[in-house]
Amino acid sequence: MSEDRSIVADKEVLVKVEGLSKKFCKDLKTSLWYGVKDLISGVRGSAEERELRPKEFWAVKDINFELRRGECLGLIGHNGAGKSTLLKILNGLINPDAGKVTIRGRVGALIELGAGFNPILSGRENIYNNGAILGFSREEIDSKLEDIIAFAELEEFIDMPVQHYSSGMKVRLGFAVAAQMEPDVLIIDEVLAVGDLGFVLKCFKTIDTILPHTAVIFVSHSMPMVSRICSQIILMDQGKAQFQGDDVGKAIDLYYTRFADNESNIVFDDGSIRLNSIDVIGSKRSKDGIEQINWGENLKLRVSFSLQKPMEEVPMFRLILFDKEQRPVAVFKENEIGDINLKDKIIEFGFESKNIQLSKGIYSINISALKFVTEEPFLRINNVISFQVIHDRDVWQPFLLHSKFKTFDS
Amino acid sequence: MALETRVYQKERTIKFGALLKASLGDLYGSRFLARQLAERDIKAQYRQSYLGIVWAFLTPLTTAAVWIFLNSSGTIRLSDTGVPYPVYAFSGTLIWSIIVASINSPMQSTQAAKGILTKINFPKEALLLSGVYKLLFDSSIKILLLVLFVFFYGVGFHWSILLFPVAMLGAILFGTTLGLFLTPMGLLYKDIGKIISFGMQFLMYVTPVVYAIPKTGIMKTLMTWNPITPIILTARDLVVGFAPAHLDYFLIVLLVCLPLLFLGLIIYRISIPIIVERLSA
Repeated sequence: MSEDRSIVADKEVLVKVEGLSKKFCKDLKTSLWYGVKDLISGVRGSAEERELRPKEFWAVKDINFELRRGECLGLIGHNGAGKSTLLKILNGLINPDAGKVTIRGRVGALIELGAGFNPILSGRENIYNNGAILGFSREEIDSKLEDIIAFAELEEFIDMPVQHYSSGMKVRLGFAVAAQMEPDVLIIDEVLAVGDLGFVLKCFKTIDTILPHTAVIFVSHSMPMVSRICSQIILMDQGKAQFQGDDVGKAIDLYYTRFADNESNIVFDDGSIRLNSIDVIGSKRSKDGIEQINWGENLKLRVSFSLQKPMEEVPMFRLILFDKEQRPVAVFKENEIGDINLKDKIIEFGFESKNIQLSKGIYSINISALKFVTEEPFLRINNVISFQVIHDRDVWQPFLLHSKFKTFDS
Repeated sequence: MALETRVYQKERTIKFGALLKASLGDLYGSRFLARQLAERDIKAQYRQSYLGIVWAFLTPLTTAAVWIFLNSSGTIRLSDTGVPYPVYAFSGTLIWSIIVASINSPMQSTQAAKGILTKINFPKEALLLSGVYKLLFDSSIKILLLVLFVFFYGVGFHWSILLFPVAMLGAILFGTTLGLFLTPMGLLYKDIGKIISFGMQFLMYVTPVVYAIPKTGIMKTLMTWNPITPIILTARDLVVGFAPAHLDYFLIVLLVCLPLLFLGLIIYRISIPIIVERLSA
């Protein structure tokens, strides 16, 4: 990637999308028949048929946006919201049914890595196949060959047939070729999820170097990634833009609330102990029934268990906090043996964490009752409760630490 | 640096000239891609096979062998062809196999690239060109075998055999043009491919592939008018050193094919996005 490439006319609009719509058909036979009709009308050049025909629906409806060099648009939404269809239109693979797309400059797409690979052929031969499909000339590939092999870290295996590569190796080789593109507009679909951590980091480093002089359209289900690189966002739902703007955090919140799932599930139970209730004390309830506390307040939890049969030893109660991406964020300090008395049938206790510094967002708690020392479980329940931390700042890191800015000059 | 601007929208005015120019431009611009794809397929095909190229001429060879046997054993009585019958039969089935392969080529090449068509934007014409490259490769090997036949059966060398590749190109042009028109529908419905292979079986009997045109009767009319007839006959005449008797009709067929090929390219260009949408939907 040439980093010294001059940035031509800073703020030019590279992608302009106006009233874009696309319809799809739910039924295969009908779809094929419409295909025949479209072929005929396509060849005759008629511009009618804006209406939905029977069994059709709008996969993408009335999408508008503009994207300049250096900007990154995030497209988020649940599966089937129309993101990939939109990308296909932008990439020129299919024609829109209404509206218009204007794209200026070279378009690069990271939609499928390693297109054109033939499993029988060696990695080296496939670099040429893939490169040719991506639009490189033979000379370009010749000159970049060593870089590609080095980037993919496949020096040792480059003459081995690709069918003996692991899926991670194939993706690495595919990305290494694609990384040689110098696009003005880059379209990225969820392709970088495979590969080991080292490689994913390398990919994003590459994308970071492309970002400043490229207009990027990025589809992902990884919200931390989206909030890290996107400057604009569209949340799609059933083909429409449900939210659009530069408030990336707000769109991500909206996206998450779609998946608000309050169902807890017991993943292990030996029948000795039962959870009666768990509450967040001192919280407000939002209209969707989620407990809310402000950032910096104390988080107080009250838990109640009942013993189903006499227990010989005191369990250790462990609470683990997960964020919306189901990443474990924190664990609460467990109780000691002496903290709990097993004489009563009901055990009630609480956890308190002062000045909660979790960043804005929704968190859920998994609870488990374990034996001390061996950590053998009595009971484990996932997602027993969730709560929301309120703050006006959007950060994608899990913590917003209480800190003061200081200078140390005398 | 002037940036290339692309516009995608439904409202399009179909300008055949502009489309043809773009199509031919892409065809020319994608030479490397086409060659790479053809090379890839050929290499992969032979690397995973011991018999390799034998498969390419097994069909024409066996068809010819069957007819040679039928003829030599007296099961059927064919009118005299003027050349040793094995040469007659094999040259016929060989050119016939080239034509059949050419008709199937555009559809097969496009179908095989379905996976990348729905993911990556590249000049689709490269698929057609790669198909032609593969045909040329297969056909040139078949010709070598034909030359062996010619010498083995004592027909001898004639300067006209040097023109045989021209007839072969004519066969490829004719087949590809026909195949190109069937491709858009063939990609939507599998029936088209079946109809082609089914129909070609019968078409062979109204073409002078393994027997000559009869002197009279309905078969004479059918076989004379059949546009594949002049291609087969001209090719064969060139091989055995006769003066090509159907040269006029041969040239007319090629001249008609050329504008039709252009029209086919335009239709192909228009239909690919429509088909990709149905494939990926």
